[in-house]
Amino acid sequence: MAHPSSYEPNTGIERWIDARLPVPRLMHDQFLAFPTPRNLNYWWTFGGILTFMLAAQIATGVVLAMHYVPSEHGAFDSVEKIMRDVNWGWLLRYSHAVGASMFFVAVYIHTFRGLYYGSYKAPREVLWILGVLILLLMIATAFMGYSLVWGQMSFWAVTVITNLFSSLDSVVPGLGTRLVQWIWGGFSVGGPTLNRLYSLHYLFPFIIAGVVVLHIWALHIPGNNNPTGIDVKTARDTVPFHPYYTIKDGFALVAFIFLFAAVVFYAPNYLGHPDNYVPANPLQTPPHIVPEWYFLPFYAILRAIPNKLLGVIALLSSISVLFFVPWLDTSRVRSTSYRPIYKWFFWAFAVTCVALGYLGSQQPEGVYLVLGRIFTVYYFAFFLLVMPIVGLIEKPRGLPGSITEPVLGPEEVAAPPAPAARKVPLKRKPAEVA
Amino acid sequence: MANHDTLDPSLTDDDEPTRRDVILIAAGGFAAIGAAAAIWPLLDQMSPDASSLSLATTDVDVSHVEAGQAITVVWRGKPIFIRHRTEKEIAEAKDTPVDDLPDPLARNANLPETASAADDNRAAKDREPWLVMIGICTHLGCIPKGQAVGDYRGEYGGWFCPCHGSQYDTAGRIRKGPAPQNLAIPPYAFTSDTKIKIG
Repeated sequence: MAHPSSYEPNTGIERWIDARLPVPRLMHDQFLAFPTPRNLNYWWTFGGILTFMLAAQIATGVVLAMHYVPSEHGAFDSVEKIMRDVNWGWLLRYSHAVGASMFFVAVYIHTFRGLYYGSYKAPREVLWILGVLILLLMIATAFMGYSLVWGQMSFWAVTVITNLFSSLDSVVPGLGTRLVQWIWGGFSVGGPTLNRLYSLHYLFPFIIAGVVVLHIWALHIPGNNNPTGIDVKTARDTVPFHPYYTIKDGFALVAFIFLFAAVVFYAPNYLGHPDNYVPANPLQTPPHIVPEWYFLPFYAILRAIPNKLLGVIALLSSISVLFFVPWLDTSRVRSTSYRPIYKWFFWAFAVTCVALGYLGSQQPEGVYLVLGRIFTVYYFAFFLLVMPIVGLIEKPRGLPGSITEPVLGPEEVAAPPAPAARKVPLKRKPAEVA
Repeated sequence: MANHDTLDPSLTDDDEPTRRDVILIAAGGFAAIGAAAAIWPLLDQMSPDASSLSLATTDVDVSHVEAGQAITVVWRGKPIFIRHRTEKEIAEAKDTPVDDLPDPLARNANLPETASAADDNRAAKDREPWLVMIGICTHLGCIPKGQAVGDYRGEYGGWFCPCHGSQYDTAGRIRKGPAPQNLAIPPYAFTSDTKIKIG
């Protein structure tokens, strides 16, 4: 794509395939030889981790579907049957449920990485927008998957969230009610609702996989951003993806799986809610409805607004504002590391997201409600005021001349034989320079 | 594409629509209409099906419900609150000026949409002690507390929604909290002194 192909078919079979469907060439150019900035840090490993998590969720999900009964009366019991009777059912279900949480851990880190290093800025706007789209699809998929357990939290989460659409009644009377009944397939959340959520929960991960392909495609046209935020200038700024980043990504993945496994084996229900082990009861609402942890900041924003329709609009805006970030940020410098003023606002935003997450888990009363409103205001102010204004008034720090320069010094006129140069022991270098 | 050598008359600079233009637009239009018609069954299958619609009425015997008590029955999968109100509760509801209410409409399926939220329009017709409502908070669909004798009923003595703190008075009208509307009243009628037909 963005770089000339270096693939050379050496055998007759490879040449035969290459002339017909050059998948080996594609894989070689995009995943082995792909020129990647040499300075990527560990925050860049979450793309690979996310790819693994998507595959793991699809694999565990497909086998769970072999035992799950998507019916109003059978769902809850079939989940317990998976836990008790099905061979390895406990492992598969805990991996899938905890896997959803780990998926969100990774996607939030990945998103904040993109925000910090300005990875959304030209020419990577489409890449960023596809990422936000994946985030939205993940939110929908996770929500639908949580409903399938058909416990009290599942049932009432579906009730509360689908009722968000009824706020449209205050725009066009009757429209919201019609829409909600269409979503439910009845006059309340019930069996038909569960079946359609199951159908869509199975479908969405494959849509995500499709958008992930576009996301990687959009990444491989301009290539990776990097911690300095400056463009790749010469071949010296890059290393081939394999083995440099296959190893780095692989190491980070193993560390991540360590954490994942620790939660699965030692605290599988830590991130869940005990009320979801009570079967769904349409006539009794649990005293305190909370969503899964990864939705809490958005839930806090919903509840911070006293008006139903405006609350829903704020909820939707809190995610869709991300689509506009490439144009809201007016700075010419990508990496926040070189932005002395914006840096403070960025970390305040990170704190705000964590604070909203905590507030989303508390009852919306008294000081919690007041704090929820303050943090909600800053959440939106960060995108709508800080990003455009700070970008214009801030004087960024000086950027290095190239990705390689701060490490190896300015590039010499004659292109150095890069691999050999790196083998020179470091302590000899000052002598050479002197 | 503006190649003057082309044989395709639709690509010439002539502004007059050609026969080919007409066919192209007509064919595209019909294809779009056909696609829309084919998508409709794929979408409308999600609407409530015949068996859901057939559950449309429920008969309830309320002879055992004394003043101060309430029962919950199910109609169309929704909880229906039936409350036999005390004299005090009725008086409280009647004494509240409609102008003080966040939602001034009755939300009563048995009355015109513009009926006011006065207690007469909320209680059963000619049977003032009886209040029949869909027991679903108009905010986000939780079931308010207040049916059982020991339940907390909020500051207005009616119902209290535990999810987001909406409070309803003894006529089921929203008084405080995020809910936008009074509790809805389903279509119903007393078929005798002790029997209600809902739906």
